[in-house]
Amino acid sequence: MSIEHHIKLPEGSIEKTTTTLNLGPTHPATHGVFQNILELDGERIVSAEQTVGYIHRAFEKIAERRPLYQITTLTDRLNYCSSPINNMGWHLTCEKLLGVKTPKRVDYLRVIIMELSRISDHLICNSVVGVDSGAFTGFLYVMQYRELIYEIYEEICGSRLTTNMGRIGGFERNFTNAAFEKIEKFLAEYPAVLKEFENLFNRNRIFMERTIGAGPISAERALNYGFTGPNLRAAGVDYDVRVHTPYSSYEDFEFTIPVGSTGDCYDRFLVRNQEMWQSLRIIEQAYRKVQEFKGADADVYHADAPAYYLPEKKDVYTKMEALIWHFKIVMGETDIPPGEVYQSVEGGNGELGFYLISDGGRSPYRLHFRRPCFIYYQAYSELTKGAMLSDAIIVMSSLNLIAGEMDA
Amino acid sequence: MSETQPKEHSGEASGIGNQDPALQRGKARWTAGEQQGLLNNQTIKERLIAKFGDQVAHFEEPYGMLTFEAPRELNLKILQFLFDDEQLRFQFLTDLCAVHYPGQAGRELAVVYHLHNLVDNVRLRFKIYAPIAQPDVFTVTALYESANWMERETFDFFGVNFVGHPNLKRILNVDEMEYFPMRKEFPMEDQTRIDKDDAMFGRGGPRNEEGIQ
Repeated sequence: MSIEHHIKLPEGSIEKTTTTLNLGPTHPATHGVFQNILELDGERIVSAEQTVGYIHRAFEKIAERRPLYQITTLTDRLNYCSSPINNMGWHLTCEKLLGVKTPKRVDYLRVIIMELSRISDHLICNSVVGVDSGAFTGFLYVMQYRELIYEIYEEICGSRLTTNMGRIGGFERNFTNAAFEKIEKFLAEYPAVLKEFENLFNRNRIFMERTIGAGPISAERALNYGFTGPNLRAAGVDYDVRVHTPYSSYEDFEFTIPVGSTGDCYDRFLVRNQEMWQSLRIIEQAYRKVQEFKGADADVYHADAPAYYLPEKKDVYTKMEALIWHFKIVMGETDIPPGEVYQSVEGGNGELGFYLISDGGRSPYRLHFRRPCFIYYQAYSELTKGAMLSDAIIVMSSLNLIAGEMDA
Repeated sequence: MSETQPKEHSGEASGIGNQDPALQRGKARWTAGEQQGLLNNQTIKERLIAKFGDQVAHFEEPYGMLTFEAPRELNLKILQFLFDDEQLRFQFLTDLCAVHYPGQAGRELAVVYHLHNLVDNVRLRFKIYAPIAQPDVFTVTALYESANWMERETFDFFGVNFVGHPNLKRILNVDEMEYFPMRKEFPMEDQTRIDKDDAMFGRGGPRNEEGIQ
């Protein structure tokens, strides 16, 4: 009996001198469900092939049957490390389509929330880069302050991870005093923590040697690969949606865009750290601006858009109009105007875009999410070509890949 | 309670409500670049018409973004022109997706490109239409590496056949799938349907009609 009867080997596999390694789909180092099929020559990576789609949930299809306010919960589950940014981005898209103008106070409150979520997003990403390079301390240390950010979310909307925060036109309720106190606490305590986090890593010789030169990309290639967000800025391109297409009154704030030069893991790490400092600056300014509102202005937390903004529960029980609007909104019976709109926000890991086409029905005719990490994950095989196996892990974590966003 | 159904849709949805002079100065600073920039929608339109004549058509500006369409055979030529032209420089592909319009005979599938000129900070939307019977469209992967997976996704969900794509296979759905799920002939399940025996899930069905809950 010949050997073929027992072992079915692919053609050419006997002569093969490289090793195939399946990194993922469920591997502790992938931090999410996606697979990399690496072809290794010793410890060097010859080629990498990425597979995504393990947690695809057909959000775009589901969105075609849902009224606008029910789509917010879908956006939570895109980049779940910074769901409030996704929520606000979706509300901004709807407001653009519906022509709802939000009051300044709402814009500033949104800015506070979006920058807090940016900090929590970068915090996780950077500390995970630390974990993957063997430095666990930073991760455990900053977790306490991500917890504080989650407590702030909790004060505002009642949930922590998948927040479903806000409504079309503003927030569901005004920020409580407890929320403001926690934001103050965060502003007072976080700078020292971030400084210590930086002290742990920035000039740490082991960390530097692990990250400098790992997974570099030039500005030109990064743009061609559709990089956005911190990964693009680390390559030296100062593109930031907050500055180029200001939304939610970002034009009222002073901040700078940190940029790197080589686009390697170390630059991406530094850019994220610097962005956290800038986010702190923005939160401080926004907090001051919010405190300046006095009297009736200080109670404004939503726009006047009764057709889309759920009325207060007290009014629903006592006023007929409020009950009617409540019913119409909850049953999804308000038609949205026809139109075609693209709105993007600076998400935790890049430009998060919403392309919404409405034909005048009750739900979008088509909704497409521009998910930044789906687009830039394509570059992974180029980033890791010729690198060591251990670099493959660290490049993956420093790209801030979120499986929920990749697969939508 | 006043009824504020939106009646008009201008390009500016998030206008400045506050008349604070400091804010106005801030706004002026931020928009100064736009005013200096020579590239505006009118210029883009003129340059496109000068190059392609009446083959580029249906110019619109929904919410301020210039939108136009062209025959599908020309997509690569037009994108190449937008990429190379020293004034236009649309070198960043923001997004690529498809839309299914079952009612439009011969042009059921629209492929929409969102482009961005990062130097002048201008965005552009470009559409082509393909018949669903033979949805062949040239790939733009030679121009943008980022188009690779975006085109695979579009193929996966709508079945647009990107001619010349290096690796056109499904990306988010399973390889064995035989249909294109984002097309409109696959509706989401109607929540009020009663032909299913879903009594155990609290919905209608024969058992409920017999009075058994």
